[in-house]
Amino acid sequence: MAFLIRQTLIYAVPLMVVALAGVFAERSGIINLALEGIMIFGAFIGVLFVHLVQKWGWFEAAKEVGNWGAMQLFLLMAMAVSAALGMVFSLLLAFAAINLRADQTIGGTALNLMAPALVLFLIRVINNQNTMQMFKGDSASWFMLKKKMLGITGSNFFIDTFLNKVYLTTYICVLVFIVLSVILYKTRFGLRLRSCGENPHAADSLGINVLKMRYHGVMISGALSGMGGFVYAMTTANCTANGEVAGFGFLALAVMIFGNWKPLNIAGAALLFGLFKCIAASYYSLDINGDGVYLLKEIGLSSNFYRLLPYLITLIVLAFTSKSSRAPKAAGIPYDIGSR
Amino acid sequence: MSGKNERNVLRSILASLISILIGMGMGSLVILIVGLCSKNLTLKSTWEGIRLIALGVFSTGRNAAGELTFGFNPASMGNMLFRATPIILTGLSVGIAFKSGLFNIGAAGQYLAGTCATLFIALSIPSKIVPAWLIWLLAFLGGMAAGALWGAIPGMLKAFLNINEVLACIMSNWIAANVVTWLFDISNLKNIVESTKSGYIYKTTFNGIATPKLGLDKLFPGSQVNGGILIAILLAVLMYILISRTTLGYELKACGANRYAARYAGIKDRRNMVLSMAIAGAMAGAAGSLYYLSGNTEFYWSTYQILPAAGFNGIPVALLASNNPIGIIFTGMFMSTLSISGLQLTNLTAYNEYITDVIISVIVYLSAFSLVIRMWLGGRRKKAAQIGKEDE
Repeated sequence: MAFLIRQTLIYAVPLMVVALAGVFAERSGIINLALEGIMIFGAFIGVLFVHLVQKWGWFEAAKEVGNWGAMQLFLLMAMAVSAALGMVFSLLLAFAAINLRADQTIGGTALNLMAPALVLFLIRVINNQNTMQMFKGDSASWFMLKKKMLGITGSNFFIDTFLNKVYLTTYICVLVFIVLSVILYKTRFGLRLRSCGENPHAADSLGINVLKMRYHGVMISGALSGMGGFVYAMTTANCTANGEVAGFGFLALAVMIFGNWKPLNIAGAALLFGLFKCIAASYYSLDINGDGVYLLKEIGLSSNFYRLLPYLITLIVLAFTSKSSRAPKAAGIPYDIGSR
Repeated sequence: MSGKNERNVLRSILASLISILIGMGMGSLVILIVGLCSKNLTLKSTWEGIRLIALGVFSTGRNAAGELTFGFNPASMGNMLFRATPIILTGLSVGIAFKSGLFNIGAAGQYLAGTCATLFIALSIPSKIVPAWLIWLLAFLGGMAAGALWGAIPGMLKAFLNINEVLACIMSNWIAANVVTWLFDISNLKNIVESTKSGYIYKTTFNGIATPKLGLDKLFPGSQVNGGILIAILLAVLMYILISRTTLGYELKACGANRYAARYAGIKDRRNMVLSMAIAGAMAGAAGSLYYLSGNTEFYWSTYQILPAAGFNGIPVALLASNNPIGIIFTGMFMSTLSISGLQLTNLTAYNEYITDVIISVIVYLSAFSLVIRMWLGGRRKKAAQIGKEDE
């Protein structure tokens, strides 16, 4: 059980953060189809950062003496760098969609094509192969928190689930998710941002700079998905980047729609989809209640079935809720002051 | 009217050429930056890289002195045509959907559906009993039908439930990737004869099925080209006729221009949307079908994490051609020329083929606002005149 929860969280957290990235963009009125591309880019930047800093040997010493605090700081820096570069990358979309009033769907698709191409080109030039991995060791041995490091010796359900063999990134992401959700709903900035996605002309008439707000929306979106991409690469792909994130960006889009553009629902949807991902990855050896019976293996459904489920559910949910679906009204429509 | 049309066509071509030039310029810029930053790459190899981007399809390797040589390279030309076949077809797929106002980003899923049906038919019917040409035909038509079916699903979701077709297409892509993996996983078509090919499906030649070469291999010796390119061109011409010379084509375009006005005029808009997506799906299905019927390609079946690039490369092909089926033949060939350049870049220099994907993505990025730029170039007066003309 502890394993199942831990593993589900690992899959759910990047989905959650990137789905929130989608929310920030769409609530400000820009459809961000490029979530996948920005994730790929962020994953590459983060892994490259880890690779380079290891290569320069800065943190070699910290690992030698077992200074885990420094190691975690290093991880946080990698997250920050991938978020920053993800934000820069998303400016391409913002510029096309906001200043040039381009087709946002095609612009996003362009970024989705550009990210893997650029990333693979650079990886090949830097590394002379198709993947970029850590310079030394693997993500678990460098960054995974174990209860010994935290000075905990006991063992109960809570400790086993949330404090042993976990990544700090998981909790940082949950924290970021909560803070940004509060900002979106409880601050003046959030209200203004949302108004730009619902009725930009009304917002404009009240003195809100719609273009600036949309830039903020897309940039927050880019930062979150860049960070989410790195978190994905770190926790599920053993800190490697190879120009793909297994469709997580699109899955996050599905989570966003499933969660009806609302943070709390999105958190729930992300956990559900994370559970499916987790089951698909490890149902063969999953012993849910610890009695030695592999229940899911005995049901005998193919792992393909669990992998397919999130997408199918999203389509079905869309089919049933399309009448009451609450997509931001102005999402996807370029803002033209003259058309007021 | 015709003079006006010609000028519009010219302006579209001009806009596309500008996009291409900027795209290639950006690619060269990336090469230059990488060349300047890296200690291993000399300025000479940077210049070689830039020349190969522009002229890769004419590259004939290096001479004894180590200099790049250029000339007619039949193998590269033939491979260019071979690679053009699927992306012309996915370009048609995206283009037809655009004509009726739908963005078919689901070509990748339809391509997979076509691939799957084709391989199952081509490998399951024993060629000892049924003649090979009949199996080929059944496999090709089966692939198109499967693509059409897969394309019709987002079409129906859009028409009857008003679900955004982009989202429906993205979901259907990933569902296709998982279903195809699942089907092949439980099938007996996995290659277990050749140990180096585990993870792949048998080539269709294992059952004696392959697209006829039609003499093209004599024309371009040493290449993979086959009759598929002629089928792709034929389908493009058929699509051109469908769009510009038939009632159905007119109705599709009317739905694209304004769905509600079309309905008011008595056109069945829902039926046309589904039909448009089905035709688009059939084209993408044909793309996958022809690619794997060639007899020298193998399908990696565990595809649940990766969607075929051909599906997405249809988008720039269609955008560059302004969705004109005849134009798509040429832009498809241009795109495959780029990919040959990329291969030459990998073979002959320290750079690699992914730079061509960077160029393609820059072109897509530019075409996102090419309409805006074109309108801005043309000026508002001309736009007004254009609307007046169309009313006549």
